[in-house]
Amino acid sequence: MAVVTRKLIINGSEQEVVAEPTRRLLDLLRSDLKLTGTKEGCGEGECGACSIILNDEVVDSCLLLFGQLADGDRLLTVEGLSGSQVPGFSGSNDDLHPLQRAFIDLGGTQCGMCTPGMLMAAYALLCRNPNPTREEIAVALAGNLCRCTGYVKIIDAVEGAAKRMREGAR
Amino acid sequence: MSVAYHKATTLPEAIALCGMHGRTMAVLAGGTDLIVQWRTGAITPSGFIDISNVAELKVIVEADDDMIEIGAGATHAQIATSDIIRTHAPILAEACRSIGAVQIQNRGTIGGNVMNASPAGDAPPVFMALEADFKVQDIKGERWILAENFFTGYRRTALRPGELLTAVRIRKRRKEELQRFFKVGTRRAQAISKVVLAVNARISHGGVERIAIAVGSVAPITVRAPGTEALLRGKAITTALIGKARRSLADEVTPIDDVRSTADYRRHICGTLIARFLKEITAASSKRA
Repeated sequence: MAVVTRKLIINGSEQEVVAEPTRRLLDLLRSDLKLTGTKEGCGEGECGACSIILNDEVVDSCLLLFGQLADGDRLLTVEGLSGSQVPGFSGSNDDLHPLQRAFIDLGGTQCGMCTPGMLMAAYALLCRNPNPTREEIAVALAGNLCRCTGYVKIIDAVEGAAKRMREGAR
Repeated sequence: MSVAYHKATTLPEAIALCGMHGRTMAVLAGGTDLIVQWRTGAITPSGFIDISNVAELKVIVEADDDMIEIGAGATHAQIATSDIIRTHAPILAEACRSIGAVQIQNRGTIGGNVMNASPAGDAPPVFMALEADFKVQDIKGERWILAENFFTGYRRTALRPGELLTAVRIRKRRKEELQRFFKVGTRRAQAISKVVLAVNARISHGGVERIAIAVGSVAPITVRAPGTEALLRGKAITTALIGKARRSLADEVTPIDDVRSTADYRRHICGTLIARFLKEITAASSKRA
């Protein structure tokens, strides 16, 4: 099949990406671009492990074909979460985002399979709503399954990160 | 698995592509159902007509004083947060908020939900209860199909090859109308409904002047409940009538046992939901009195 080209902004840097239009965005990210932080769980939009941010909205990358992207689309994966290009974060590239820090400090991660997706869904929430209730956090993470934590500590972590970000601390 | 891929960037382009390839290719909007169906082999299109970047299809407008028009490419998230929809068709906003979870709502489109024509779809009962009109276009022009005539069989619609669903038109809610959306599933998010029910009733003096009841997941297609509607029409709501309506709707639907629920449970819950709706009306009108 003929390949197509899209000019994308991936984790803050402009890239011209060439691939078959029916290639899943998930496969493109993991296999072609080696951004393996994004995970594949169910592959049918139930589990949210493959969640990334597309133009400020959280989406399942397993349900997106490369051809559906348009020039100028902005993608953010978990690799881009810890970096100075992320709005609201002033650390260096080696630093973790407050969400990542809170997931570690508050036990929001165990096996780690769901964590990148959880982080991206939580990030999308905090961009829109810097001071969410626990109920709002639960709704925002309803598309992400975790089989380890029982969710309580994940919600604790998002709540904790939101508080730290509001206070301007890392 | 190599298939053709055509990307439309304007509505005329999308319609032209449907004219050329609509017989064998699948129209791809959000893709939240279509891509899963394709990858599992449930559908085997010769290619995709990608309409996901057609801006004209994403518009939500007040068409005139009475009507709102929603582009088929509007996402569930867009509809759930639209001031126009929340004001004039709140149960549609509610239905869209109940579909999948945030990730699905951000990509899935209202046109896709309709064209998927699943009997368990969440938007079709709302459109049927609100007596929506679907706008369908092809290279020769446009036609309108009433929601009630749109679904012709299990996952089948009245669309002809080459036609594209481009918009849905619904009448704004009037102040004497009471509308409700009920969805019963195993959990609030990501659930495919055991039963989904939408109702639109015109109430005057505590009685039902007119009522439209539409139910999903109880037949091969989303259905209206004309028997129960007739039973309620023109009646004052009494405890006896609520009991009759409960039995009537439970008898009228024709559900099956499947992986998500049983026929018995579905019948029972249909009765429960219509009774709950009628009780809410009496509670609201006794509060006003």
